[in-house]
Amino acid sequence: MEFHYHIEGGDFSRAGSASSEVKKILKQLNVDPRVIKRVVVALYEAEVNVVAHAHEGNMTVTLDPGSIEAVVEDKGPGIADIDLAMQEGYSTASPRVREMGFGAGMGLPNIKKNCDRLDIKSVVNAGTTVKMTTFFTG
Amino acid sequence: MQVKDIIQALQLTPRAGANGLDREISGGYVSDLLSDVMGHAREGQVWITIQAHKNVMAIASLKELAAVVLVRDRLPDEDTAAAANDESIPVLSTPLDAFEASGRLRDLLREG
Ligand SMILES: Nc1ncnc2c1ncn2[C@@H]1O[C@H](COP(=O)(O)OP(=O)(O)OP(=O)(O)O)[C@@H](O)[C@H]1O
Ligand SMILES: [Mg+2]
Repeated sequence: MEFHYHIEGGDFSRAGSASSEVKKILKQLNVDPRVIKRVVVALYEAEVNVVAHAHEGNMTVTLDPGSIEAVVEDKGPGIADIDLAMQEGYSTASPRVREMGFGAGMGLPNIKKNCDRLDIKSVVNAGTTVKMTTFFTG
Repeated sequence: MQVKDIIQALQLTPRAGANGLDREISGGYVSDLLSDVMGHAREGQVWITIQAHKNVMAIASLKELAAVVLVRDRLPDEDTAAAANDESIPVLSTPLDAFEASGRLRDLLREG
């Protein structure tokens, strides 16, 4: 099964809506609540990063019997140094975004903690692709 | 303990999502940083914060929090209130600050 969602950059009023849709579907499919909790954190952070840092993006969620894979792909500024971006506390969020309580530099670390496999690819001035995989067993 | 059971001690005024006042409380979490809450809050906790915009409800819903308490008399934005009603997650205001509100919640939870 595969699901697609569009994510609009800069539109904080809708931030989290794609993640919320996926959560509903996983609940309906009776996926283990512990898995849902982890997946939701990772998806939300990847979604908000598109809203906060990029122009637009897409989320594709693929559900297999043994795993859930989510790819969040955006057009945007890209990430020059991914290792640096992964560090807790590192953020380039604008003052407006920080005022809302975003920009703690905890989103990518949250993603890392809440999926089993994480693969980030980015091209500066083009975009970023975040691929997250979570397995249902173990 | 349910959300409605902490109203008096925390001097709360329900602002939206009143249909969720019978949600069970498992604990509390205090933070104004959204990804801190996303990463560390647990299901059933009361989130004490000064943030009153709609993204707070997205997080409260995704994390299945029991309620959002807005400190120092903050009011939820209009779309925050609408989302609280849709999700049946109460948003309540208190004149207390975060330190005092969380202290009182902790006392209540300890007493059982
Ligand atoms: N999709 C993206 N496009 C461009 N830059 C990104 C993207 N995702 C993350 N970054 C960069 O990596 C940094 C760290 O991201 P991370 O999600 O950890 O923190 P944040 O978004 O700044 O704050 P928080 O997630 O805590 O609200 C960002 O500040 C930004 O510079
Ligand atoms: Mg982030």
